[in-house]
Amino acid sequence: MKTLDASGYSCPEPVIMTKKALKDSPDGLDVIVDNRASKENVTRYATALGYKVAVEEGSGNWTLRISR
Amino acid sequence: MRIADKGKLSITGAIIGIAAVVLTVLGNPGNMGFCIACFLRDTAGAMHLHTAPIVEYVRPEIIGIIIGAFAFSLLGGDFRPRGGSSPVLRFIIGFIVMIGALVFLGCPLRMVLRLGGGDLNALVGLLGFIAGIGVGCIFLSNGFTLGKAERQSRLEGVALPASTVLLFILFLAVPSLFLFSESGPGSMHAPVAAALLAGLIVGAAAERTRLCMAGGIRDIFLLRDFTLITGFIAIFALTLIGNIIAGSFNLGFADQPVSHPMHIWNFLGMFAVGLGSVMLGGCPLRQLILAAEGSSDSAAAVGGMIVGAAFAHNFSLASSANVGPGINGKVALIAGIIVLLAIAAIATAKERRNA
Repeated sequence: MKTLDASGYSCPEPVIMTKKALKDSPDGLDVIVDNRASKENVTRYATALGYKVAVEEGSGNWTLRISR
Repeated sequence: MRIADKGKLSITGAIIGIAAVVLTVLGNPGNMGFCIACFLRDTAGAMHLHTAPIVEYVRPEIIGIIIGAFAFSLLGGDFRPRGGSSPVLRFIIGFIVMIGALVFLGCPLRMVLRLGGGDLNALVGLLGFIAGIGVGCIFLSNGFTLGKAERQSRLEGVALPASTVLLFILFLAVPSLFLFSESGPGSMHAPVAAALLAGLIVGAAAERTRLCMAGGIRDIFLLRDFTLITGFIAIFALTLIGNIIAGSFNLGFADQPVSHPMHIWNFLGMFAVGLGSVMLGGCPLRQLILAAEGSSDSAAAVGGMIVGAAFAHNFSLASSANVGPGINGKVALIAGIIVLLAIAAIATAKERRNA
């Protein structure tokens, strides 16, 4: 599974990065974010496209497992 | 989740709309229950950073917004000190956003409040704002970024909210330190307690919902996502109803409170605000909230806005009510838009080379 590290970026950049990354790997990927706004925005974006999103909480960040 | 977010944003928007009308009834200038740009400018004047006699007052709304957002970010776990994403560029962008706002005579939040009061000049401003956001979105979708932020110490994150508390204590304890307008918009204000309370509530609600005037339009352009725009619409709806009830609704271009009917400059002023807000990741209200959550980068942008406001009045860049901008303001605004476009283009091109 491909991983996109969007930590340190604030919205909307993580969403745009996810949008681009999903074009390259349409089956899904892991996205690492480090703020609640990005976590919710990326989740909302992927869900709207019909993906499933599982959230794993790390220390100071979240890994969003986006899959079909 | 979408519906829940929209519900919370609608409630927040409604609270802001009601608070804005109430503050106006209690003494704030017309259609100026809240205006982040104007209130930072008034506060800069009170602190002797400029000496325009009609716009000097320590606005408790600003203090309340920062403290309310800071407190709720601590409670909700969103207080995360971070910084290092081009602070100097953010300072400059904040500076230019303030020039644009003071040529238009209002930040995006006040633009919505003016629309709710029937001020059609704000509609021209809204068109410019949308155009500026649209241009910003083109840069964003081509890879524009001001870079990654790193974690910072809690001391760094607390510095701005603590300074705000200190300012408020000095304002209450030693008011003779500050300048206060005797006439003009700076002399018109709601009682301190009401203004502070309104600020606290709005700061807390905006922190929880991440309400942003620019973000709503940006998300529609970039992602076809209509979540954030609900806050914008709710503010408009409630101020419209509130103004009609309060008898202060007046549809038209002429004789609107603290505004001017120079369409091209209203458009270009808000164009700069829209473009700059997208580059900063949020409108002036959102920058205040992010700074309260511990973002050094947004604190730099707020610093740029305060200094921009001081320059705007020291060098006659700000518009006069009913008249519009003078030659200094026109030149500064055009130059500011060119600088914004140059920063956006260079930061985008660099990113494309690295990709």
